[in-house]
Amino acid sequence: MALLEVKKLGISFGGLRAVDDFSVSIEKGDLYGLIGPNGAGKTTIFNLLTGVYKPTDGSITLDGVNITGKSTIEINKAGIARTFQNIRLFSKLSVLDNVKAGLTNKYRYSTATGIFRLPKYFRLEREMTERALELLRPFELDGDADVIAANLPYGKQRKLEIARALATDPKLLLLDEPAAGMNPKETAGLMNTILTVRDDFGVTVLLIEHDMALVSGICEKLSVLNFGQLLCEGPTGQVLNDPEVIKAYLGE
Amino acid sequence: MKKLKIKPSTRSSFTTYAIVTAAFIAVQIMISTGSASNMFKGLLIPFCVYSIAAASLNLTVGILGELSLGQAGFMCIGAYSSAIFSVCTKDTITSAWIRFPIALLIGGIFAAIFGILIGIPVLRLRGDYLAIVTLAFGEIIKNVFNALYVGYDSSGLHFSLTSQGDLNLAPDGKMLINGALGVKGMPQDSTFVIGFVVLLLTLIILYNFIYSSTGRAVMSIRDNRIAAESVGLNITKYKLITFGLTAFLAGVAGAIFSHNLSTLQASKFDYNLSILILVFVVLGGIGSIRGSVIAAIVLTYLPEVLRKLNSDFGKYRMLIYSVVLIVMMIFTSNAKIRGFFAASFAKLKGLIIKDKNTPAKEAE
Repeated sequence: MALLEVKKLGISFGGLRAVDDFSVSIEKGDLYGLIGPNGAGKTTIFNLLTGVYKPTDGSITLDGVNITGKSTIEINKAGIARTFQNIRLFSKLSVLDNVKAGLTNKYRYSTATGIFRLPKYFRLEREMTERALELLRPFELDGDADVIAANLPYGKQRKLEIARALATDPKLLLLDEPAAGMNPKETAGLMNTILTVRDDFGVTVLLIEHDMALVSGICEKLSVLNFGQLLCEGPTGQVLNDPEVIKAYLGE
Repeated sequence: MKKLKIKPSTRSSFTTYAIVTAAFIAVQIMISTGSASNMFKGLLIPFCVYSIAAASLNLTVGILGELSLGQAGFMCIGAYSSAIFSVCTKDTITSAWIRFPIALLIGGIFAAIFGILIGIPVLRLRGDYLAIVTLAFGEIIKNVFNALYVGYDSSGLHFSLTSQGDLNLAPDGKMLINGALGVKGMPQDSTFVIGFVVLLLTLIILYNFIYSSTGRAVMSIRDNRIAAESVGLNITKYKLITFGLTAFLAGVAGAIFSHNLSTLQASKFDYNLSILILVFVVLGGIGSIRGSVIAAIVLTYLPEVLRKLNSDFGKYRMLIYSVVLIVMMIFTSNAKIRGFFAASFAKLKGLIIKDKNTPAKEAE
């Protein structure tokens, strides 16, 4: 059975049909790409999958659990984590605290435990710090643990966002244009990072990207979206040579 | 084993505890040597009250990042509930050492309950809207207490919102809250020592809260709400906890305040007080607990000192006070001036200690 099963998903904003009849099936361990021209509805699909928007039609099933219309928090608990197209870090917190904020629900202790500094506080805080550093290591951010997130260079901010998303221990990781604003060298590094994330953390990855070098380099399967509708899907090589897809991107 | 390294958060909190304790000891020495004026002694309890109120408001304004102008309302609830408790029990519980801590807790708990009840609808709003609605709730609380008549006799409690006569008290009855005349007969339980202890406890609670996973979650929500939700943080829950804790501590401050008065009147808790406390928070530095305490003490002391200087000069004290406020605001909000002070301070520090690490600074 597929990890993520999306059936006939649709949403309307007033008269605008932003996403229509979108279906996709992602197997566990896939590295799946979602591409399409600007305004095709890719980020809207991410927002539907993470509960930011409630779909007007269709259903979303994660690992056999129906998560259609659930809140962002419930969906995160069910196992979907994401990054954002425009980076959204906890900018005044340190790199370490950004990841620890993501670990809050996994290492839960009460507010009173924190205020009265009970033994549980010290134990869980120590475990959290260890786990956070473990999560930062593959991104080579463990050396920057005490740096305020806003002061990180751009590329590292993108990586920190991925590390923070992984802190919630997701089954499915959604990356929204992870290579945006990166130079070819940084993109090459990012491709390795994404492969590491998939292989070492055992998460399934669904990513939106415009950088075709990244898409053809690491995505195994693709779905192409145009005007809110699915244009084409299948293995990467096949999809990128499809005449319909070329037409959507380049025109006639 | 590595060299023992103190976390920046621990250093920041313990510096504050040390400063407050040092100030307390200095004041005690001044009192025992007789060099403290009566005016100064009279201000010691207000120092504690305003410091607690300002530091706790900074939790909502600086750490949660929401503007609240209801602090005076919560202080009012704390002041009234604790005063009524003390008036009722001063004959049964004779020891102030038992009665007053209970009164403080009652003041805090009642304020926290109201804080959470008000917070449930109000915290859906943000920014200016939240400020206006909290201001309105503060005024409602004040005006309700201003018009409230409560008395008790052998048949139980009597309430009225119109006049004393409507209570229909039996001859053996006793007034508790007499409308705008307020509550009389609180035992004068507030002392500077208790005020100091409560202030220190408040600071410990605040710092421990900020540097716990709850505090981290609250600051995450402040920095980016959407991202906080995406990692599964329950926004409403954390906002309510923060708002409730702020109200609790404001209630405790109100309780200390009321036990320093012979007559407690609701008119003292008008919106001017809320704004005054917000001024302490803003001038002390939003997010800086230590700054709130220092600003509260300096800005409470300043008008009284100006009043005392001499009669002609004293006339202009509010003018001078407001000029000082403006100058302080310019100094604390201008990045260049702040940078200059930070640089000279770092240089000074470099002369004393040869230590080059710059600690992370999110909420000192």
